[in-house]
Amino acid sequence: MNHEMLMTGVEPTGPSRLGAMTERDDTRDGKDLGEKPVFTVRDLGVHYGKNLALKDVNLEIRPRRITAIIGPSGCGKSTLIRCFNRMNELIPGTKVSGEVLYHGENIYAPGVDPVVVRRHIGMVFQRPNPFPKSIYENIAFGAKINGYKGDMDELVERSLRQAALWDEVKNQLKKSALDLSGGQQQRLCIARAIAVEPDVILMDEPASALDPIATVRIEDLMQELKQDYSIVIVTHNMQQAARVSDETAFLYTEVDEETSARWGILVEFGDTSEIFTRPRDKRTEDYVSGRFG
Amino acid sequence: MNERPDPRDAGEGLTVTDAAPTTRWAGGRVGPGLSLRECRPTRRRLWRNRRNTGLIVLAVGLTLIPVVLILYYIVSKGIVTMDWEFLTSSQPFSLRRSGGGFLNGLIGTAIMVGLATVVSVPLGILGAVYLVEYGKSNWLAKLIRFFSDVMTGVPSIFVGLFVYTALVVQFGFGALMGAASLAIIMMPIVVRSTEEMLKLVPPELKDASYALGAAKWQTVLKVILPSAAPGITTGAMLAVARAAGETAPLLLTALGSLQLTAKLWGSPIQALPLAIFDGARQPFEAGQARAWAGALELLIIVLVFTIVARVVASRSRISR
Repeated sequence: MNHEMLMTGVEPTGPSRLGAMTERDDTRDGKDLGEKPVFTVRDLGVHYGKNLALKDVNLEIRPRRITAIIGPSGCGKSTLIRCFNRMNELIPGTKVSGEVLYHGENIYAPGVDPVVVRRHIGMVFQRPNPFPKSIYENIAFGAKINGYKGDMDELVERSLRQAALWDEVKNQLKKSALDLSGGQQQRLCIARAIAVEPDVILMDEPASALDPIATVRIEDLMQELKQDYSIVIVTHNMQQAARVSDETAFLYTEVDEETSARWGILVEFGDTSEIFTRPRDKRTEDYVSGRFG
Repeated sequence: MNERPDPRDAGEGLTVTDAAPTTRWAGGRVGPGLSLRECRPTRRRLWRNRRNTGLIVLAVGLTLIPVVLILYYIVSKGIVTMDWEFLTSSQPFSLRRSGGGFLNGLIGTAIMVGLATVVSVPLGILGAVYLVEYGKSNWLAKLIRFFSDVMTGVPSIFVGLFVYTALVVQFGFGALMGAASLAIIMMPIVVRSTEEMLKLVPPELKDASYALGAAKWQTVLKVILPSAAPGITTGAMLAVARAAGETAPLLLTALGSLQLTAKLWGSPIQALPLAIFDGARQPFEAGQARAWAGALELLIIVLVFTIVARVVASRSRISR
């Protein structure tokens, strides 16, 4: 029933792919049956001012999975991920069309407060951005502004443990977060996002500013977090997408020959293994085999 | 070795001792297989380098001359009269008499600058928050920015005249009127310096706050203002230092008084710069001596404020 609904009103190239994906889901393993998507994106389009940035995106984010968004530079990966928690509208002139259903509810519906949306959907950014405060206060910040009434020390410890940072910082919680290394700062930012107990964690190239060892730690951490959270990650690193994600969305830039305007489109979305081993689209194949990008 | 001519006498730029130059660059020849030690700057280049360094040092020296002279005169002439009595007593009623001090002026300055700070700093910070986070570039923000710039450039005597017509004519001279004129002078300085500091707060920090579900006012209060606090403090301190030295507007609002008073209104009140002005235009040496000491006192106050501002700013400046 869900599939029928999805297939209607989707652009011509869309339904078969989405249909194929959901069919695979049905047969893959039993527990997927009836598992409702966390996000359903329908005909999503984004304009920055007059420029189209993203066009006709349709996809589903499944719970407790890692969904990777890959594609060449400038194809709208970050634009897409910022649609999931309405961070896009912090940039003046941004217009979003279409629907992003979060557990069936459109987060862009009139009357929905973006602040409330962001309390459910956490985000980790490309560059580690801890507040210039102590480690403890960084974690406690979100809880405080959301009116957390419980034991703050306990929450800080639990969040840091979940982010695999506790052992490294437990004796220096009062120290400035800016004194940590880049990798530690990024794990602190993940811990900070976890502390408000979100449902989904969005990660916009979380490891691109980190060295390989720190990157591995973040990737391991993602596998752990997957037990409790749905994760969407943007990455320009195909190996990373192949290593960590369960499902992959491939975005690509379309160019208007006359105006040379460029915008991003979703080319293919499906199981990561399928995308990397048996891509349906020529462009996907070229990209994952490293022919461009 | 000795027979070889000194290569540094040759042309310009880098010269090599080897006689087989292959490339010619702008002002220098570099040959293959030569160690860096064999390439030496020519005498001409060395000379130019020294000459230009010398010119820069000279320019710095010239700029420092007035500053050093001012400091020298104020300290050497002020220190003579500066003593415990000067700091703890008020002006004598006859300015030709020696002794006494500027305690009345010090207290007046403290009251007026204090009041002006209490009013102008919070208002100025709020105004800057509006400019950076809310108004951005709408017409109101542009208007406020424009008038702040105009106000920073307005000669301070105009501010005094304005307060004189608006308040003094009705309520008489007093500390409140003096404070009002100082607040008007300080406000645009605080607005503009705070605005610059708020603009320096990295957008990533705001993103982090919003992504955690913080509302805008929470982000402003808990993230933006604390991150910019050191810079805002510096700006406020500089405004205080500026107000402490203002004389012209106080002539028309506080008027000045030889009496020690802490009344907020109803009677004229003295201020340090007014007391200096009083003393300096006396033909009597005792008055002039007190003016020098007063100048030293004011200089030290302003210096302390500036140094405190710098220390606060450097201790925790906005990172990243």
